[in-house]
Amino acid sequence: MATKHSRSAARLMMAPAVILLLGWMLVPLIMTLIFSFKQYLPLRGGDLGWVGFDNYVRFVSSSAFWPSVVATLTIVGGVLLITVIIGVLLAILLNQPMWGQGVVRILVIAPFFVMPTVSALVWKNMFMDPVNGLFAHLWRFFGAEPIAWLSEASLPSIVLIVSWQWLPFATLILLTAIQSLDGEQLEAAEMDGAPPLKRFGYITLPHLSRAITIVVLIQTIFLLAIFAEIFVTTGGAFGTRTLTYLIFQRVLESQNVGLGSAGGVYAIILANIVAIFLMRIVGKNLDA
Amino acid sequence: MSFNQALYAATAMTLVTASGALAENLVIATVNNGDMIRMQGLTQDFTDKTGHTVEWVTLEENVLRQRVTTDIAAKGGSFDIMTIGMYETPIWGANGWLVSLDDLSAEYDADDILPAMRAGLSHDGTLYAAPFYGESSMIMYRTDLIEQAGLEMPDAPTWQFIREAAAAMTDRDNDINGICLRGKAGWGEGGAFITVTGNSFGARWFDEDWNAQFDQPEWKEALTFFVDMMEESGPTGYATNGFNENLNLFQQGKCGMWIDATVAASFVTNPDDSTVADKVGFALAPNSEGVDRKANWLWAWALAVPAGTQKEAAAKEFIEWATSKDYIELVAENEGWANVPPGARTSLYENPNYQAVPFAQKTLDSILAADPTNPTVKPVPYVGVQFVAIPEFAGIATEVSQEFSAVYAGQQTVDEALAKAQALTNDAMEAAGYR
Amino acid sequence: MARAVTQQRKIINTAAAWGVGLLIFFPILWTVLTSFKTEATAIADPPVFLAFDWTLENYSAVMERSNYARFLWNSIIIAGGSTILGIIVAVPAAWSMAFVPSNRTKDILLWMLSTKMLPAVGVLYPIYLICIKLGVLDSRGALVIILMLMNLPIIVWMLYTYFKEIPGEILEAARMDGATLKEEILYVLTPMAVPGIASTLLLNFILAWNEAFWTLNLTAANAAPLTAFIASYSSPEGLFFAKLSAASTMAIAPILILGWFSQKQLVSGLTFGAVK
Repeated sequence: MATKHSRSAARLMMAPAVILLLGWMLVPLIMTLIFSFKQYLPLRGGDLGWVGFDNYVRFVSSSAFWPSVVATLTIVGGVLLITVIIGVLLAILLNQPMWGQGVVRILVIAPFFVMPTVSALVWKNMFMDPVNGLFAHLWRFFGAEPIAWLSEASLPSIVLIVSWQWLPFATLILLTAIQSLDGEQLEAAEMDGAPPLKRFGYITLPHLSRAITIVVLIQTIFLLAIFAEIFVTTGGAFGTRTLTYLIFQRVLESQNVGLGSAGGVYAIILANIVAIFLMRIVGKNLDA
Repeated sequence: MSFNQALYAATAMTLVTASGALAENLVIATVNNGDMIRMQGLTQDFTDKTGHTVEWVTLEENVLRQRVTTDIAAKGGSFDIMTIGMYETPIWGANGWLVSLDDLSAEYDADDILPAMRAGLSHDGTLYAAPFYGESSMIMYRTDLIEQAGLEMPDAPTWQFIREAAAAMTDRDNDINGICLRGKAGWGEGGAFITVTGNSFGARWFDEDWNAQFDQPEWKEALTFFVDMMEESGPTGYATNGFNENLNLFQQGKCGMWIDATVAASFVTNPDDSTVADKVGFALAPNSEGVDRKANWLWAWALAVPAGTQKEAAAKEFIEWATSKDYIELVAENEGWANVPPGARTSLYENPNYQAVPFAQKTLDSILAADPTNPTVKPVPYVGVQFVAIPEFAGIATEVSQEFSAVYAGQQTVDEALAKAQALTNDAMEAAGYR
Repeated sequence: MARAVTQQRKIINTAAAWGVGLLIFFPILWTVLTSFKTEATAIADPPVFLAFDWTLENYSAVMERSNYARFLWNSIIIAGGSTILGIIVAVPAAWSMAFVPSNRTKDILLWMLSTKMLPAVGVLYPIYLICIKLGVLDSRGALVIILMLMNLPIIVWMLYTYFKEIPGEILEAARMDGATLKEEILYVLTPMAVPGIASTLLLNFILAWNEAFWTLNLTAANAAPLTAFIASYSSPEGLFFAKLSAASTMAIAPILILGWFSQKQLVSGLTFGAVK
């Protein structure tokens, strides 16, 4: 099908997107690389010369580095786990016959439209505030001592907020996938007396595997970069400092661009490790 | 030059000859504090007087800080006036990033600015930012609760008395905490508070050779005292409480004492917002027995003009308007004397109308008690009471205060936090080339 | 008998789904409700749900303080502009990847996605300096381009997955009939890809609308969108839950309403090739 002519035409059509993205990736990447080998302090006159690998060594040897990697992976992993599991259950539920399906779907996807800053503000102030938050009211109503969510359970709180935002996305994709499931196959299995759990394990779940990988891939890309949710709620305290947040602190709070850039290079490396890992799986799934 | 530009220039020239000045549109970055919001509402008065129009970029404090710092360091020129604090001003002034304000008009009366404020907003004797309002910190306490506890608040109490009083006022069943203090991470939040607490226990950030001092006994004493007292008498979850949260608690009658910014006095005594407006007393911030420094800071939100702006003259006109005596009169007329921006001018405290305001004198006394050049008993190589006026401080202090907040939340011990603070401070100072 | 069972199951399903749906929606509902309360009612203990004196004072306070219309307009221009521009650049690329695949197609696709993983804050100063050099600081144009580039990988990916599902035979038939490449794309491919393009548009509009790093850090008075609007209401002196709620509602309402009206399109197209 692909003639020589269409091949070159295809290249031509791909060119704008590829060139633009190449520029968007290379220009900042090269600049980050250059800065990472420099002592670059905007508040002390900017570029203070080359320092070799000093920034790289310093960034990793800081006591904040490994905890930040762990926090990043915990948040990404936690959110993925919650959104995928609840997403699957929710997709199955929403696929059942019911009244007002359209309205319910609207309710479920609504959080996806909310700006991360707004959702963080709302959760932090109106729900998790240990005095005036709705959770505190609820806890007191049941005679319990209110929990200071963002300090005592900081990571779970952030995972909760982020999961709330991304659950709609997971649910939607999984729902579309479930709708394409062959109903007859399920019915046949039901006739054969397969219990619901077995039917789910042998028919539904395998069918969803591709959708799940897509959800995991797309969400990971966005979750590695979450920032507003942490900036607004804890400001990186109580073990919620992710790698992205640590870089933010180095660049903007400490105004040490060189050190932050070295962190940026590490973040790219981490992201690529995660990406290669993911793409191995997704790549396989995409071929099918 | 296009036709439009030519036309614009011609019109502008007529205007110049007509009024002697060019009508400019000023872009001003500011923080979303109550006094600034009020100023935005009164902008029309400035436009009427000068013909210049104003566009506001109002941002939350943390966002504002990163926004204006990026812009001035990169020489972006996005703003004609920036609202900055006492921390940024001397650093930026030293870098030559701000326009000198030494040539403001005679009727502006720059000598009327409180000396402490003027010193804190200058570098090498040159004023780089004009204070819009200034503050120190002091004790605000509930007169009814302390009476119930059978105690009497001295004018200048010690920490030991405060701790005792806090324990006596605490009534967990009725949701009353003896004392509410900042524990929230961030150099301008809990970081500022624990730094002045340290000062009042004789602790300091650095010795004369820029070595971090968190391994010294004074810090351990100060932090241990703070944590123990908050454990006994503080609200639950104080590790995330900053100015806002405490203000809210106090206004709802849930605090016996609150040590915080003097500007809060007008909020807690405002019957519209506060349920305890008529039961608030004021005292100077405490010190530990035998230490000759109180736990009070010195801060000002000030207006500065970035160097290189095209609209320097108009920007200065705005600064003269916003930080003038007339502006104070204007606010007093519209909102009452209790709501004028405090802490900037000597004349305000000589005004009999303002002296009638219950917290005026204590505010002035607190401001006068702060000395940015000698913040602690021991000698230090830096300027600043609740901060160290070097560019690296904001980053370091935020991380240190995060370690401390983790102590407040019960996630690590005082010793662990101090050891980490010591290591990360020295590390950052090394990276910056101090050590 | 069977009918009764399904009816019963339907009732249970409905109850469960509505329960979960309302639970997920509750934070938004609560924000909207709070925006109509006075500040005192907003923090009342126990909390009040519906039986309070509804007031519009928070909205008028917000309107008086901020030029909401301008923030809104900037959001629309920036989100809309970057999305449309992104589609224009992405359609040809996605087309060629889907219909003239080469060995490297998948590598290119995955590489595009990986460009999204570079942490934005690390390049704030470089990008800021470039914007100053080009004189585009605080301009909507710069944000349109930057957000377009940010979302381009997602756009290409989404379009690619749709185009791949369009059977190649149809295109070949069109080619047999003598259609040129341009005609093929315009008259054959595009109509078939409309649902895909629509949902791509929507998803990226949402992503651009909610982007809060570049839109906040590269704007001042002229180009600031709703993300900057909300930054002027978060953590002021004192806790103003009601005003914060009003500002939040105003920031999310336009996109929420758009989302609701177009949810069918969004849902039908939001597959990322997940359906096989």
